[in-house]
Amino acid sequence: MKVSDEVAIEISGMNKWFGSFHVLRDINLTVYRGERIVICGPSGSGKSTLIRCINRLEEHQQGTIMVEGTELSSDLKNIDKIRSEVGMCFQHFNLFPHLTILENCTLAPIWVRKTPKKEAEETAMHFLEKVKIPEQANKYPGQLSGGQQQRVAIARSLCMKPRIMLFDEPTSALDPEMIAEVLDTMIELAEEGMTMLCVTHEMGFARKVANRVIFMDAGQIVEQNEPEEFFNNPQSDRTKLFLSQILGH
Amino acid sequence: MSEVHSMKDLTFVRREMLPEKEPPVGERGAIKWVRENLFSGVFNTVMTLISLFVIWYVLQGLLPWFISPSWGQESLAACREHFEELGQTLEQACWGVIRDRMNQLLYGFYPQDSYWRPNVALLVLLAGLAPVLFPSIPRKAVFFSLASPFIIYLLLWGGPIWTPILVAAGFALGFVAAKALNGVNPIVAAIAAVLVPVLFWFLILPPLANVLTSAAPIGLAFIASNEFGGFLLSVVIGVSAIILSLPLGIVLALARTSDLFIVHKLSVGFIEIIRGVPLIVWLFTASLLLNYFLPPGTNFDLTLRVIIMVTLFSAAYIAEVVRGGLAALPKGQYEGADSLGLGYWQSMRLIILPQALKISIPGIVNTFIGLFKDTTLVVFIGLLDPIGLTNSIRASTDWNGIYWELYVFIGVMFFIFCYSMGRYSLHLEKKLQREHR
Repeated sequence: MKVSDEVAIEISGMNKWFGSFHVLRDINLTVYRGERIVICGPSGSGKSTLIRCINRLEEHQQGTIMVEGTELSSDLKNIDKIRSEVGMCFQHFNLFPHLTILENCTLAPIWVRKTPKKEAEETAMHFLEKVKIPEQANKYPGQLSGGQQQRVAIARSLCMKPRIMLFDEPTSALDPEMIAEVLDTMIELAEEGMTMLCVTHEMGFARKVANRVIFMDAGQIVEQNEPEEFFNNPQSDRTKLFLSQILGH
Repeated sequence: MSEVHSMKDLTFVRREMLPEKEPPVGERGAIKWVRENLFSGVFNTVMTLISLFVIWYVLQGLLPWFISPSWGQESLAACREHFEELGQTLEQACWGVIRDRMNQLLYGFYPQDSYWRPNVALLVLLAGLAPVLFPSIPRKAVFFSLASPFIIYLLLWGGPIWTPILVAAGFALGFVAAKALNGVNPIVAAIAAVLVPVLFWFLILPPLANVLTSAAPIGLAFIASNEFGGFLLSVVIGVSAIILSLPLGIVLALARTSDLFIVHKLSVGFIEIIRGVPLIVWLFTASLLLNYFLPPGTNFDLTLRVIIMVTLFSAAYIAEVVRGGLAALPKGQYEGADSLGLGYWQSMRLIILPQALKISIPGIVNTFIGLFKDTTLVVFIGLLDPIGLTNSIRASTDWNGIYWELYVFIGVMFFIFCYSMGRYSLHLEKKLQREHR
């Protein structure tokens, strides 16, 4: 797993407020192509908000965010362009319940990329096979288990052929038995060299897959390091406390 | 204590999983249902008996009035004579009035030799609605649905065939213009979609229609709106307003949930003003006040004015119902659509509205049912809907003094319309429930 020196995402001096609450403070982060970054931290530390800023589900008020060379501003054209290149998976999957699995996967390629329907369906089946649920293609999301739904959500994002994937606590709403199947899919994706930013509490996944772990607290990046160093030799007291709490039992 | 515990063996290992079994015999079938639902205890048994008595009491009072051999009678006096001959002492209905005045109740003063026109129009309406209401019908049939309003207009009002064709052509031109300009700029396309047909209708349509009519005078005899009456009038007003108010209501709901300040405020203002004033006031506005604002000499059809008012009125209600549906969707659906790069209109059309409308079905149909019954209010501005006709029927010497029979008939007719709408809404809800889960 190699990391190139081409920049995928460049965030500099970024600040964000919810009303008067300063939720992200002076974020500086450069993500290189092919990097697998795990972001962890206590709840309310701003880690979800950070990755949601990258595809403009949240608006930032100060600083700049460049994604694949395009700057995020309020220009709708730029936003739609970036969103079609950045895939996202949510904690609650956010599949469209009124569409079949296949329709969920072909919708955006057909309407945003203007792919012919037949081609879009072939691509969708390819990715559904990759996440190992091609036989569910004609069912509705409500008929699938949580783990299967999350794998569909990953396939749905991949159908847009994104260059970057964002994961917002993808396994937090799943039963323990289903977490493994989703993590396996994500690991496979990482091995293919996808640029990934992942907010998660799965420290095993972080150790195995990440090439960088970022720890956030109170809207700031407190510490970032390679996983080996981060887990075995944390520097700040806040990180030590956090790690002792989540790894303590 | 610990010794007692240690003596008990708490380990357990299941070697075989249990198979599924049927419930015991006494716990299934019709007998169980009757026992559980009607006679499940002393109190419920007493309640069941009392209810049965009340039902019997009401029916024994009503049924003799309803079941009355008076269908053939020619006047109220003839009815009374007939009952006397039969030696009936109880008060009984005189159904002869319904037979005698059926045509008037259904068509108002529509010319008798043209009754086939509304009849065919009704068939066209049903055929046009079918592909919209039942998706199992082939999609191509939707083109007939699009053409049906123009066919229905031609059948009901008549006049040269060219006017409805040219009006339809205006819509087609707008569509073509929008399609052609969409690649250039979506806003220009939207403006063209409105401007092209309007210009066409006002500048090109009147002279062109004249030329075509003098060249090829095909058409039906013109029948003015003031000859419409009875259920024909109710259905014309009700169905037009229902069909027009749904899209308008959806647009208002989207505007009200929009981030654009002025669009939002305009929509809120419109909805609150329309909703805050009784429909009857708006109908009086339509019939009296609009004449002051229109240039003198313009003849703006009263029925058309009423249709517009009723449409605006129910659109305000629909907008609020749909807004409820929009608010009920989880935020994740909006974010899911956004994260895939879908634009606003795409995500509304493909993701948000299909789900929001599904949630709103009971409320929307509820509004439609209310609207349809409210069409009877037009009696107050002098239109002859079925209620209005009861007065003119009573004005004849034959039927002077007849009330209940007419109102019961009108009530039953309205009930049939509204009940069908309610059943369709239930069917749709169940179907969508099954499909989406």
